[in-house]
Amino acid sequence: MDVRLSDLDRSMLNGDLGEAARFAMSVVVRMADAVEAPDLISVEQAHIDACALMSQSNLDFVSRLANAGGRVRVPTTLNMVSLDLQHWDRLGVPSAFAEQATTIAEAYVRLGCVPTWSCAPYQGYLTPRFGQQIAWGESNAVVYANSALGARTNRYADFMDVCAAITGRVPNAGLHRTENRRGEVVVRLPETGSSAWTSPAAWAALGYLVGELVGTRIPVLEGLPRPATGEQLKALGAAAASSGAVEMFHAVGITPEAPDVETALHCEAPVDTLILTETMLRDAWDRMSPVSAGDRVDAVILGCPHFSYAEFAALAAEIHEVDASRVHPDVQLLILTDSTSLALASRGGLVEEVERFGVTVALDTCPFHSPIVADGARVVMTNSGKCAYYAPGELGVKVAFGTLRDCVRSAASGVVTREEPPWERS
Amino acid sequence: MGEKLIGRPIVPGEATGTVLRSDRTISLWGGVDPQTGTIIDPHHDRCGESVVGRIFVFPGEKGSSTGSAVLLELARGGLAPAALITRSLAPVVALGSIVAEELYGTAIPVIVVTPDAMSELANGVRLSVGRDGTLRPLDDRLT
Repeated sequence: MDVRLSDLDRSMLNGDLGEAARFAMSVVVRMADAVEAPDLISVEQAHIDACALMSQSNLDFVSRLANAGGRVRVPTTLNMVSLDLQHWDRLGVPSAFAEQATTIAEAYVRLGCVPTWSCAPYQGYLTPRFGQQIAWGESNAVVYANSALGARTNRYADFMDVCAAITGRVPNAGLHRTENRRGEVVVRLPETGSSAWTSPAAWAALGYLVGELVGTRIPVLEGLPRPATGEQLKALGAAAASSGAVEMFHAVGITPEAPDVETALHCEAPVDTLILTETMLRDAWDRMSPVSAGDRVDAVILGCPHFSYAEFAALAAEIHEVDASRVHPDVQLLILTDSTSLALASRGGLVEEVERFGVTVALDTCPFHSPIVADGARVVMTNSGKCAYYAPGELGVKVAFGTLRDCVRSAASGVVTREEPPWERS
Repeated sequence: MGEKLIGRPIVPGEATGTVLRSDRTISLWGGVDPQTGTIIDPHHDRCGESVVGRIFVFPGEKGSSTGSAVLLELARGGLAPAALITRSLAPVVALGSIVAEELYGTAIPVIVVTPDAMSELANGVRLSVGRDGTLRPLDDRLT
């Protein structure tokens, strides 16, 4: 084994710091060997995705660490769980399912993790700083941390996130290293005027298209209007990490490592340059939305990734605009969010306002991991590129994609209502 | 294939089994049923076949990083492939294999081979995998 280890690494590997640290360090060192990393580096925080998994082996894994007295060495947040831990009963989740999910969730808290239960850890507790080395799981969180914040993480697979949290160490490889953060593919956007980019849904459609085109490479997006909101960057990254395996993007003039194209490319020539047209963006929007306007909608899903305070505020404003007092009786309008955003929205009077409209708020969880979307739902509408990508496979539904305004109008009328996408087809 | 091939054991271990060869990248999550070991991705060229006890040869991994958990669940149920052979570094699969060995003592070797070597690993061939990454054909006619 050629990986250089520190004295502390070796102590952990030898079991001097307990069985849980030995187990976790053994996995970290073997992975470093597999990816041919020269040594390990320290991370200052972790975000664990593995807690969402409903399986006996996940329970075996976390129980083994927790029962051995395992504790995380760095501040560690938790991704969503397969359950709204407070309201599962009300949401119709079977109790046996709830029991296993709760047992897994509690075991991760016993390891010393902060029970954030959020897939958008960047909008809550422990937001990473620029240049900080971190170990995060959850693809949308990873792309946001690398791109919007300029923190450094690879997309850690389930269990590696846990081992990184327990040891505070990861292989010195991938996006932790400056040279691997270089932009590879320049993506030039059409000149459309900034009004086309007002809705985060437009950014989601762009992310969806970019993910399809670049796969695992790092795109440099040129021509986006600035300033960009966190919600716009979140929509872009989540979609690009779903249709492709994008772990980082540069948005020129917006993201911290891309003040200009040359800097994003580390002053080297790009591997490739793609010129996007309005037609390509429009086609991507249509691919995300195979259901036609006028079809019946059964469920509307918002908050993929978890709804922020600003999104609650935007939703309340749209509800105020729509010509209806309540969600259509045949439609389930579901919001997924985390406890921080919900607490703030509640204090701002926004939760009361959206619930009066007939919104169901689910906390801590995900529609793909928890049985909360109504049985028999056939058509789901969403403003999320990630949800549009995964819903057909995970929920067996057809998807209509639109802006937040489209989603509210469709929920009120019971039929898919869509404004034209903000681009012209040539 | 010839007398033997040598790959890089990113997770070393010993195994014998029959090759299940695929020419498509795979995401174990959504691609293989963790309760049965059957390939369920309808876009995959081996959809409907079982990876249980086979030497699964595939060009690389794609998609979800939850694939490690699928391999771990297969190992728990005694449904893991005998070995995995790929031509690109597959960290999600490697991680699942390493955790399976640490947690359940189940060794699932993961070997990286060159594209040329990969093209020699035909479906149905019986192989032995050595700790050093050596792949030897087993001639059933002599046994």
